[in-house]
Amino acid sequence: MELKINNLVDCAGQNCPMPLVHTREAIMKAKKGEVIKVTGNHPPSFEEIPMALEAMGIKIEEKGMLNSLDWYIIFRV
Amino acid sequence: MSQENKKATIIVHSGDFDKIMSAFIIGNGFLAMAVPVTVFFTFWGLKALTRRGFRKAPLSRMNFFGLGRWMINLKMKKYNIAQLGELARSFRRLGGKIIACSMTMQLMGIREKDLDPELVSDYGTVGKYCYEAKDSNITLFI
Repeated sequence: MELKINNLVDCAGQNCPMPLVHTREAIMKAKKGEVIKVTGNHPPSFEEIPMALEAMGIKIEEKGMLNSLDWYIIFRV
Repeated sequence: MSQENKKATIIVHSGDFDKIMSAFIIGNGFLAMAVPVTVFFTFWGLKALTRRGFRKAPLSRMNFFGLGRWMINLKMKKYNIAQLGELARSFRRLGGKIIACSMTMQLMGIREKDLDPELVSDYGTVGKYCYEAKDSNITLFI
């Protein structure tokens, strides 16, 4: 089933710590149950955004690489 | 991981650009994980909180009268690394608190009107720091 994305956070080109900051900002603004998709190409963030989500008890619906550089993470708040 | 009783407190004693940058990056990192953060600025750190203070803050090493700082700025642009002002603003947007030490403000000759009101959320002395720090499981001195 295709997930309906409520908010897309594009972190392409951003460096530490901004992808984490923008992910958190989107979570703070989101209503319960909304789905957020974060995209970017900063390699450590692909590992560290899931760590932050785990710390907040948020489950990842889907994540992966679009090519060797660009990644995406989808989760429900 | 439970978020209950988790809290971070950071003291910024240094006025060095690179050290303040570390403090704000770590602060943003904790806030991104929903861990509340309070940063206390004291001594040389207060200088950085004044208007244009971030621009004037020197590097802790190899500053070379501002040349080192200029080179770091070029590198930061090249790698798209957020400037100190941007880090501080996102820190505040994510709910981070900045407390300026009023005792050292007197000592350093810095008045409330000298400090950037968009950055400072409160003023206080050691009591306010200790009150916050006693419940913090993470505390850093920078």
